[in-house]
Order: sequence, then C-alpha cells, then structure tokens
Amino acid sequence: MRIRTLAVGLLVGGLALTACGKEGTPDTAAPGGATNAATLPTYTVAQNVDVAGSPAFAKAKSAGKLTLGVKDDQPGLGLKDPTTGKYSGFDVEIAKMVAASLGFGEDKIDYKPVPSANREQAISNGDVSYYVGTYTITDKRKTQVSFVGPYFEAGQDLLVRKDDASITGPDTLKGKKVCSVTGSTPIQRVRDQNLTEPANIVEFQGYSQCVDKLLTKEVDAVTTDDAILKGFAAQDPDTLRVVGKTFSKEPYGIGLGKDDTALRAKINDAVQKALDDGTWQKIYDATLGKSGSTATKPTLVKY
Amino acid sequence: MDVLLDNLNIFGPFFLTTIELFALAAVGSLILGTILAMMRVSPVPVFRAAGTTYVMVVRNTPLTLVFAFFVFAYPLLKIVELSYFTAAVVSLTVYTSAFICEVVRSGINTVPIGQAEAGRALGLGFGQIIGQIVLPQALRSVVPPLISTLIALLKNTTIAAGFSVAEAGAIRQYLSERGYNQFIGLLWVAFGFIILVSVLSFVQRSLEKRWSVSR
Repeated sequence: MRIRTLAVGLLVGGLALTACGKEGTPDTAAPGGATNAATLPTYTVAQNVDVAGSPAFAKAKSAGKLTLGVKDDQPGLGLKDPTTGKYSGFDVEIAKMVAASLGFGEDKIDYKPVPSANREQAISNGDVSYYVGTYTITDKRKTQVSFVGPYFEAGQDLLVRKDDASITGPDTLKGKKVCSVTGSTPIQRVRDQNLTEPANIVEFQGYSQCVDKLLTKEVDAVTTDDAILKGFAAQDPDTLRVVGKTFSKEPYGIGLGKDDTALRAKINDAVQKALDDGTWQKIYDATLGKSGSTATKPTLVKY
Repeated sequence: MDVLLDNLNIFGPFFLTTIELFALAAVGSLILGTILAMMRVSPVPVFRAAGTTYVMVVRNTPLTLVFAFFVFAYPLLKIVELSYFTAAVVSLTVYTSAFICEVVRSGINTVPIGQAEAGRALGLGFGQIIGQIVLPQALRSVVPPLISTLIALLKNTTIAAGFSVAEAGAIRQYLSERGYNQFIGLLWVAFGFIILVSVLSFVQRSLEKRWSVSR
C-alpha cells in the first residue's frame, strides 16, 4: 500500500513540477447553478493599422506575428489547455481583443507564458509586445514598464476548504498555514503584516501546487487576488470556497514597453472602446463571470 | 546600492537561511558520506552492494527530483512530518552524501594497501583500521575535491527556494514583485555567494597547508 502511495505521490510530484498536473477543463467548469450561456464575443480585425513610432509594433509588423505575454496556469484568467494547447480566460480574451484592434487576427498571435517574476524582463527585452496576466499596476513598476488600465479591479482574498469555518478573513490566519507563489505580493503582505507566523508561510512556484496542498490539508489557506482564486474555486466548487473579504486593491493593467507612448495610446483606445460598447462585459460573462460573481467596470486611468 | 539597502530585510534573513541550510546539510552529508564510503570498502558484501546502489541511484537523480520527492510525495506516506526547511536539509544531505562518499572513497584508495595489511597483522579490527589508520590519511589527501563538493552544495541550496524555503534563491522573485531591478538584485545575490565561497576556499587553503603530506 505504502509503495503504491509512494508511486502515486512521485508521479503527482513530478507532474506538478513540470506544471502538467492540471485536471479537468476549467473553461467548462462553470458551476451548475450558472444559467448564463454566455459566449465569447468575436473581434473584428482592423485593417491597415500603423502605430507610428512604436518599436514593439514595428517589430511585430515585420515578423508578421504578435508575441503576447500571458499566464498559463490560472483558470478563468489565463490557462493553457494541456491537450489542445489553446489559451483561454479573461486576460487572454483582453489580449486577443487588443491584438485585433492592432490588426492581428487569432492566427497571427503567439502566446508566451511568462511567470510573474519575469514580467518586467520579458517586456523590457522586447520578448513580448505587451503583457496581459494579472499584472497589478504599481508606481514602482511604472519605473520599469508602462501600463494601460486598469482593465479589471481585483483584491487579495483567501481560498479555503469549504468545511473550514475557522478562517473568515485576514485577521483569523494566526496559526494557520498560508500558501502562495514564491515572493508574490500577497505572500509578502502576509509576511510584512505578520498575518501568520513566519514558519506557517508556504511558498511554491505555482498556485496549483498550493491548491494541491490545500486539498491534502497540508496548508489551510491559499492567498492571492480574488480573480485567480475564483477560478480555482470554480474548478472544485464542492470542496473549496473563496472567503470573499478582499483586503487590498489590485488594479490589473496591460504591461508594455516603458515610454512606448504610441502603442499605449492605441491600446488605451481599444480597451476604452471595449468598455463602452459592451465587449468587456461579454468577455467577463463568458470567462470569470461563470463563477457566478459579478464585476463592476473599471475606469481607465490615462497617464 | 539602493536595491541592496532598501531590501536588507530580504537579503539578511534569506542569506542567513542559505547559510543554515548549507551548514546543516554539510555536516549531515559529511557524516553520511563517510559512512557510505566505509560501507563501500567494507568486507561485508551486503554493505558494499547497499553503498554502491545508493551512490548509483542518488547520483543519477536530479536534485530537483529529490526535493520534489521529499516535499510532495513523502508527506503522503505519513511517516514523520517534516517542515519544509527540514525537508530541504534532508534532500540536500541525501543528495550530497553520494558525492562525498565517492570523494572519500577515492581518498581511501590513495592509502597503500600495505597499511591496512599491517594493521590487520597487528590484530586490529576493520573499524580500527578504517578509523585510526586509513580515514585520517584518506581525508587529508582529498581536501580540494571535498571542498569543491561543498561549494556545489552551497550553490545547490538555491533549489530550496522552489520548495517553500525562503533563502537566497528566492530573492529575485521578491525584488521583482517589489518593483526593483532584478539584474542588480541578482548581481548582489551573486556577490553574496562569492563571499560565502571565498570563505570555503580560505578553509580549503588553510586545511591543505596544515594537513599537507610530504611524500
């Protein structure tokens, strides 16, 4: 028995490590109660677009392909289906919508998964034309990259097991094991504000590893932005729940090369148009909205 | 400089954890490695086979996999609960001792067989021959490769960052989230490691001088 557990454990460990350990198809994992059969909008690809003075656009134009930075491990936001290799989610749709306004159809987009810690580098190296993936706008980051947004307002929240009533908010974390991604802002906040003892802070490379540990009861809470947590809760609504008490503001922005003002103005217009003509709402309903929660439209801050 | 000074509350404790990881794993793997080396030269075939198998298996396993085993698979066995720090020390010890074993064994091979035979002629047992005649001579001849293995261990500790130990390897992620320049941050991390490795090199040089054998 032990040997079999060991073998299974090894397999799971190995898979989790290579980030292939994704179960189910989250984009169809809407809870039974959600009645909206929202479908994704289609985007009209603009013709003969030119963004004068944008190095990133010129590069994409000459390559005939747009390389976009996204996340590949966040259900509902940016997730890569391991079998089909297709990307789906709210952030991915926003990226697609912007690409269409720049004249690049779906077939001309190359998605490049970039983990949080490498985002500034990928953008400033020009590896990606722009980045859409739960990227919180902060003043410090503005010194390295430029932002369009916010296109979504998230906040730090907690994901717990459904039968665990002892955690009701950030003040009830003392003595509980809390997990998040190594060095991420949410876990730094837990550390800095002493929300739990340092020995109870658990950090892994991806949220899915944290969720695995939550299910095996080795940690008691997973913390990060509510948008990400809702995606995981929607995958497993019978065992997981989001506490629903946000304790930070995380305005998500589209990251692009610093001082690429021409491209920023262009993307600004595209996002503003999507907010105004209802495309944004349609995208939300067909992705994050499936978890049953509603969202208010953000107001773009143009700088 | 700002990157370092603004984030001393990261650099300080994280490097301290790295040093703790290294110190504990170094002591552990020196002991376990020496025991394994003794097993590999022992007269008992079962011990020899066990030692050889251990070295063969562990030396051919990537360290990340050893970590993954102790962090993800081992808890499912529910034997003894390990904290992530302990799991990291155990992984590093298990991995490094295979290399230490081979270094020590090569040292044992430099001791002429006549010494062991002379010991046996005097009526000493295996333990006495190894402990009092062979190992003291063997260890002093392998100081450089031994320290090299320990330097490799020091740098290997950064893998623990991926397995929930907040040490020097995780500094980059912290800085990136705080919005600092990662390249400069990484340069400081590299600088920290250079200092730590220089200490080890210094130890190596002084040990070599003190233990040098005139042949």
